Amino acid sequence: MDNLLSILIFLPIFAASTLAFILRGSDEAAQRNAKGVALIATSATFLISIGMLSQFDPSNTDFQMVEEFPWIGGLTYKVGVDGISILFVMLTTFLMPIVIGACWNVTHRVKEYMIMFLILEGLMIAVFVALDLVLFYVVFEAGLIPMFLIVGIWGGKDRIYASFKFFLYTLLGSVLMLVAMIYMWMAGGTTDIPTLLSGDITFASETFRILGVTIVGGVQTLLFLAFFASFAVKMPMWPVHTWLPDAHVQAPTAGSVVLAAILLKMGGYGFLRFSLPMFPVASDLLATFVMTLSVVAIIYTSLVALMQEDMKKLIAYSSVAHMGFVTMGIFTLNQNGLDGAIFQMISHGFISAALFLGVGVIYDRMHTRDIDAYGGLVIRMPVYALIFMLFTMANVGLPGTSGFVGEFLTLIGAFQANTWIAVFATTGVIFSAGYALWLYRRVVFGDLIKESLKGITDMDTREKLIMAPLVVMTLLLGVYPALVIDLIEPSVQNLLNSVDVALNTAANSQLAQN
Amino acid sequence: MMAQLSILSAEVILVLYAMAALIIGVYFGKDALSQLLFWTTAAVMGGCAVLLGVSPYGERVAFDGAFIDDAFSRYAKILILFGSSVILLLSQNYLKRNKLYQFEFPILIALATVGMMLMVSAGDLIALYMGLELQSLALYVIAAFHRDSVRSTEAGLKYFVLGALSSGLLLYGASLVYGYTGSTNFDDIASTVQSGDMPLGMLFGLVFLCVGMGFKISAAPFHMWTPDVYEGAPTPVTAFFATAPKIAAAGLFARVLFDAFGGVTQDWIQIIAFLSLISMFLGSVAAIGQNNIKRLMAYSSIAHMGFALMGLAAGTEQGVQSMMIYMAIYLAMNIGVFAFILNMEKDGQEVTEIGALGLYSQQEPLRAACMGVLLFSLAGIPPLVGFFGKFYVLGAAVDAGLVWLAVAGVIASVIGAYYYLRIIYLMYFGEQVDALDGTIPTLHWLALVGSSAAMVFGIANLFGFDGFAAEAAAALLR
Repeated sequence: MDNLLSILIFLPIFAASTLAFILRGSDEAAQRNAKGVALIATSATFLISIGMLSQFDPSNTDFQMVEEFPWIGGLTYKVGVDGISILFVMLTTFLMPIVIGACWNVTHRVKEYMIMFLILEGLMIAVFVALDLVLFYVVFEAGLIPMFLIVGIWGGKDRIYASFKFFLYTLLGSVLMLVAMIYMWMAGGTTDIPTLLSGDITFASETFRILGVTIVGGVQTLLFLAFFASFAVKMPMWPVHTWLPDAHVQAPTAGSVVLAAILLKMGGYGFLRFSLPMFPVASDLLATFVMTLSVVAIIYTSLVALMQEDMKKLIAYSSVAHMGFVTMGIFTLNQNGLDGAIFQMISHGFISAALFLGVGVIYDRMHTRDIDAYGGLVIRMPVYALIFMLFTMANVGLPGTSGFVGEFLTLIGAFQANTWIAVFATTGVIFSAGYALWLYRRVVFGDLIKESLKGITDMDTREKLIMAPLVVMTLLLGVYPALVIDLIEPSVQNLLNSVDVALNTAANSQLAQN
Repeated sequence: MMAQLSILSAEVILVLYAMAALIIGVYFGKDALSQLLFWTTAAVMGGCAVLLGVSPYGERVAFDGAFIDDAFSRYAKILILFGSSVILLLSQNYLKRNKLYQFEFPILIALATVGMMLMVSAGDLIALYMGLELQSLALYVIAAFHRDSVRSTEAGLKYFVLGALSSGLLLYGASLVYGYTGSTNFDDIASTVQSGDMPLGMLFGLVFLCVGMGFKISAAPFHMWTPDVYEGAPTPVTAFFATAPKIAAAGLFARVLFDAFGGVTQDWIQIIAFLSLISMFLGSVAAIGQNNIKRLMAYSSIAHMGFALMGLAAGTEQGVQSMMIYMAIYLAMNIGVFAFILNMEKDGQEVTEIGALGLYSQQEPLRAACMGVLLFSLAGIPPLVGFFGKFYVLGAAVDAGLVWLAVAGVIASVIGAYYYLRIIYLMYFGEQVDALDGTIPTLHWLALVGSSAAMVFGIANLFGFDGFAAEAAAALLR
């Protein structure tokens, strides 16, 4: 099939419109049908994505399965995958059936709920395969609409504040990127991402002065910062991370899973796809700055996580810390760092999804996320205790789980780039062990003294079923990381080569001028 | 003479129709013919739009350059006629309910429309002023159409006083321009005014012209009348104000600046950029506190005009194209939104408080969804068509080197997103309130669903409007 990627994008959206226009009523049967359609659609998307993976040739660093159609005003609808993006597509399609499974007990406006997730899936896949700047921006931003409604309609008590904060924060970050993209279009003459990546079009990096401010790295720095505003908010990086804990706490379980496991990765993907290869000089200039922010994020948010009373908030802060490893890895600008960052993103996708699902399991039973309300769950819920243990350990980065590989590689990369950064980042690993294990102890271990917990039941089959694939992936990637690394290696190599070439050219032209 | 008049055939037909309808209406006594006149007026406007749409001519000039018929004016006129006729048809239910279903209404709309058509075709300062006044006088009357309502009368009076002031400013500017160039014809003005040798008095004339037109397009800081008039006027009149006259004013703005002052773009770009900047921010910030949806739409229209003016501020062909695309999208969105607002009522009484929309999505899922799409589109959130309007305008501004204006614009649009989101939040997850009446006439339903569907499906190719707008812009800058 020639248009596999378009099928991946439009199948969920088609299923959503089918639900919207054909399914009537809101009785139990209609709800079951809505969930059924969503599950079938997401599973089918996953199967098709496996087909895509089997057609993919990892040794080829060009974009593959490219489709291109003219669109309005000289823009193109162009999609394709390379070694970096294919993993994120797989992560999305893999997690979506699990997400649908996680909202099986929802009874409030089920049809709309399923429509939102299906639209979101289509848009998320489109973000990772878009090969046109404006197409990327459109799908990147469009994801805000369903997520705003998911948090708003199905969220908790303070959902209004959280949904507005989420929407406006991310929108403000992104609009600057839009202006930068328009500038690139006008200056470079194209919105085609492969052309922009090829190195034929470079943006001026000569230092200039404007309004009394000296801008080192020139236009590239400004463009870089505009993109940075968007991706840093999306990641999220310290200090613009504050929307994330609010959104996570208020979002329904399935919403949290999508947010943590997939939406956050768009920021990291953006850095890899745009910032590094398109503004290499600025990336190089600002690498230490970004790494410093990352280290602050790792240490600061880990400390903040220690103090949380709300389980979801704790995991949200831990996500920020883990994303700190990702940004640090990306801006080491070396092979280990980049491999590690991508690996960490994929692995965090599985682990954070499982942790939020784990919180959802006990929240469904007790309707509270207060850590104090729990304790001694291991007595009544042995299976749950085991699974939660695995993911707590993976979150800490225990060898043998996927969490270890990513953190380890990024730390090696950081050590090669800047020893001090690596030293400080490593302390973050200790803190993460602190908050994760302490959470586990307070919730699962101890005596079962609370009356309300005495009747709690262990995970049922559905809950085990949605956890099982995550367990498998976390362990599999932990013991056999080559599964991911082999896939991304050539593309990462290619990316770093192009950055090196661009840096050398810029340095030479600087020399020639002097 | 006949050959000259044939160039104005659309205007002539509409004006003859309006006069004939007036006589017939008076002859047949009170409002027996209202229904018929509403439909025939809309039909005649539709006919005129088709006539203009199939026009095989390139550019034609009548009355020594006082009237220009080119792709630009035809594009604007088709939008104006479409907007006027749709709003006219949507007005009927509201007017019937409020005992305002009188035969004068369609005739006044028709006359205002003729005025607008003359505005966008004006090639001469006098023709410009005549078109503008024909439009304005009709608008003053329909703003106060609800005679028994204090607010409507107040709106009409306020609009009239401020409108007269702005017309005075415009005339003063026109007289200065005439004094310095010795001609009222745009082409003659353009050949006299070349870059670099603009006398100070001439510059004053240009500024006063911009102020007068800024008032008509309701750009800040000349926007004061807009919220009060929007709020006080009967809702169909508000809907009309928000659509066709805005397109006419934008068309006129572009016409005067490019045809008469095309040689001195540098002198007016800063004025327009300033108007654009202030309008975007004022419209976005001031709307945050509004609970009356009509006032809110007034500020929304100010912000949107700010964006449209950003295209004009670029001073390029691309800029004009982007502005004309923006106006078309703006028109389509507003028709849908007002089709919704016209049916906001409880127990037969009009409701304008947005608080009344609490959890509306559970009562009327489809209408809430359509409104949601339109509001996201007004906020300029991709992938809806409203985003592409902003995208083109920003592109033109960046291309013209106005990056600072583009950055300011996107920040204003984020602020503005807040109040659109607020309505969506009320509809989807606000507090449960007493339900609004559930009925909606088929026509309104079609307008609402059609306009929101256009916002979704238009992303494929904008229905070719970028091409039409490009032709229009090319004709203006020829």
